[in-house]
Amino acid sequence: MNNIGFLAILRRDLLLAVRYRGDLANPLIFFFIVIALIPLGLTPDSKELSEIAPGMLWITALLASLLSLDGLFKDDFADGTLEQIIILPQPLYFMVLAKTIVHWVVTGLPLSLLAPVLGLMLSLPETGYLPLMLSLLIGTAILSLIGSVGAALTLPLNKEGILLSLIVIPFYMPVLIFGSNMVVLAVDGLSIASPLAIMGALLALSLLISPYVTSCALRLSIYG
Amino acid sequence: MKKLIKSSQQWVHKMASPRWFYQISGRWLPWLSLLTFVSIIIGVIWGLGFAPQDAKQGNSFRIIYIHVPASFLALVGYYIMAISGAIAIIWKIKLADVVMKSAAPIGASLTFIALLTGAVWGKPTWGTYWIWDARITSMLILFFLYLGVIVLQKAYSAQGLSNKAAALLALVGTINIPIIYKSVDWWYTLHQPATIKFTEAPSMHPDMFQPLLIMIIGFYLFYVTALIVSMRAEIIFRERNTSWVKELALNLKDKRPI
Amino acid sequence: MPDPKNILMNQASVKTLSLKDLSFQRNEKFLFSNISLTLESGDILQILGQNGSGKTTLLRLISTALRPYSGEIIWQGKNVNDIRESYLEDVLFLGHQPGLKRLLSAEENLVWWRRLNKTNLSKNVNAFEEVGLYNHKDEPCNYLSVGQLKRAALARLYVSEAKLWILDEPFTSIDKEFSIKLKSLIVSHLKRGGIVVLATHQDLKIENMKYFSIPDLSGATSE
Repeated sequence: MNNIGFLAILRRDLLLAVRYRGDLANPLIFFFIVIALIPLGLTPDSKELSEIAPGMLWITALLASLLSLDGLFKDDFADGTLEQIIILPQPLYFMVLAKTIVHWVVTGLPLSLLAPVLGLMLSLPETGYLPLMLSLLIGTAILSLIGSVGAALTLPLNKEGILLSLIVIPFYMPVLIFGSNMVVLAVDGLSIASPLAIMGALLALSLLISPYVTSCALRLSIYG
Repeated sequence: MKKLIKSSQQWVHKMASPRWFYQISGRWLPWLSLLTFVSIIIGVIWGLGFAPQDAKQGNSFRIIYIHVPASFLALVGYYIMAISGAIAIIWKIKLADVVMKSAAPIGASLTFIALLTGAVWGKPTWGTYWIWDARITSMLILFFLYLGVIVLQKAYSAQGLSNKAAALLALVGTINIPIIYKSVDWWYTLHQPATIKFTEAPSMHPDMFQPLLIMIIGFYLFYVTALIVSMRAEIIFRERNTSWVKELALNLKDKRPI
Repeated sequence: MPDPKNILMNQASVKTLSLKDLSFQRNEKFLFSNISLTLESGDILQILGQNGSGKTTLLRLISTALRPYSGEIIWQGKNVNDIRESYLEDVLFLGHQPGLKRLLSAEENLVWWRRLNKTNLSKNVNAFEEVGLYNHKDEPCNYLSVGQLKRAALARLYVSEAKLWILDEPFTSIDKEFSIKLKSLIVSHLKRGGIVVLATHQDLKIENMKYFSIPDLSGATSE
């Protein structure tokens, strides 16, 4: 395996993310604002909030990750660097994987680390903090991997924002089910082993398959 | 050997040519329509009129004669769509692309019918039109998967691009359908067992089951007929600039009385 | 008949690129079909054709970004699909877009590109001096003009070790002075035994230039 391309893309995209610091905070702010809507729209009662907290935190994190997918390949497509990447003398799989990892590092990772704070605001019992972080760490990585397929498929379309959500959300559903269930089980004092194992398996599967499918999707969608 | 493979490939391409399909399917269509019509009429009359009442649900159970075949074909249709999409991408066979494009709206409609009849059936059975039961939820997600494919297809053709992206999406869907179904089952562990499985003896009374079988056959025939009709329209549209379509149009014009 | 250029070169390093019956379809229509031609070390091919005739598509096919509908591209006697990676190490492709990240400086972009293409980073050429961007090489590309962006993209030609250059409209938006320089760079690449395929509307007046004009198939049908 040749890592040169993988590392070069990883470095460049991280550097770009740091230069574009303004955009880095957007998913986090979105996460924060939507969580603030929940007590306003439902109830400030902490007992009721604590019951819906796992699901709400998960749904909001999912949407935050989804909304930041749009730009995954768009800039590279517009400025012609994607074309350069496609014809590199190296497998496209690793390039796509590098880009997806950066997407996770700048969205999923900070969301997962911030989640306990928002859990506190939704009166999530303390026993749920660590499982929440863990489930989001694994879960958002799967979301980024699945989402990259959707981002590649909608790349040349003008109105891709809502379209991307439409085609990707059904594929997110299993992740949501197991992720939020893991938190619920932990809060109820039960073992989280089985959803954790399933999410691990889903992560392994999507790591294997989705960069490959995304590579095919990029070739198909750009050039028809 | 290589030459042989190449010539057989050329043969497949020729046989799968839209023009050839249009001509041959024109001959099949009347017979297929007749068979579809007959089997659905027999199934409906038998199922609604002569099959015995259900011990618990009374007459309301009879909606399964539409609900079950529709949900059946909804899932099968997704796989038909995805596999033909894969063939279109890998072997660049035009006809497979036409199948893929025509299969999406038909499958989506059948999924919608399954959801609708499920809701109608739910009212007398559970006292509500909608409950988040595992099978209904899976069917709903299948509907979303269909919608995604159709919407992507429309977005690409609106920009004059080919629908290979939609074919790839459908293909990814087939990997995910088992995962989605399993996860929904896991989410809703208290689900009714599937009413009919071909691998086991039917749990229904044979008098109820026989008309259902006829309805399933009827729906399969209906699916094929609808697919062919819609494929023919798509072929004519795609090949509108070719000489054979122009000839066809001229011939039709001559045959009309005015 | 031996070409005088080839005598100067090491015979073992002679490269050949041939297109065999290349066809491409878009939206069920052939953009072009059955293109066959052969290029050897020292050859330059200018692709001509109206707007939308498929010049860029043909260049993308040669660079393997696109797959042909039928036909083969042969490099050194082997189908490029079978030797994709070693072929692409010999290829430099510059498309319409400069392929530069706007938030990175011209130099950062070039270093990134060299790293990806495994060109020898220690090779001591100051590409930015050559393209006249030495004073701007550390600025983010955002601050460069269109012509300067084009120069920053063309800087790759000075550091590349690729044998086959595929250039899509390399002369647009650059001034006359740099055009002359670019032309002499292309000529020296040919003298070193390189091959150039380019699409441009300019008459370059390079010796032994080959031309290929894409026939207009827009009236024909696929059946």
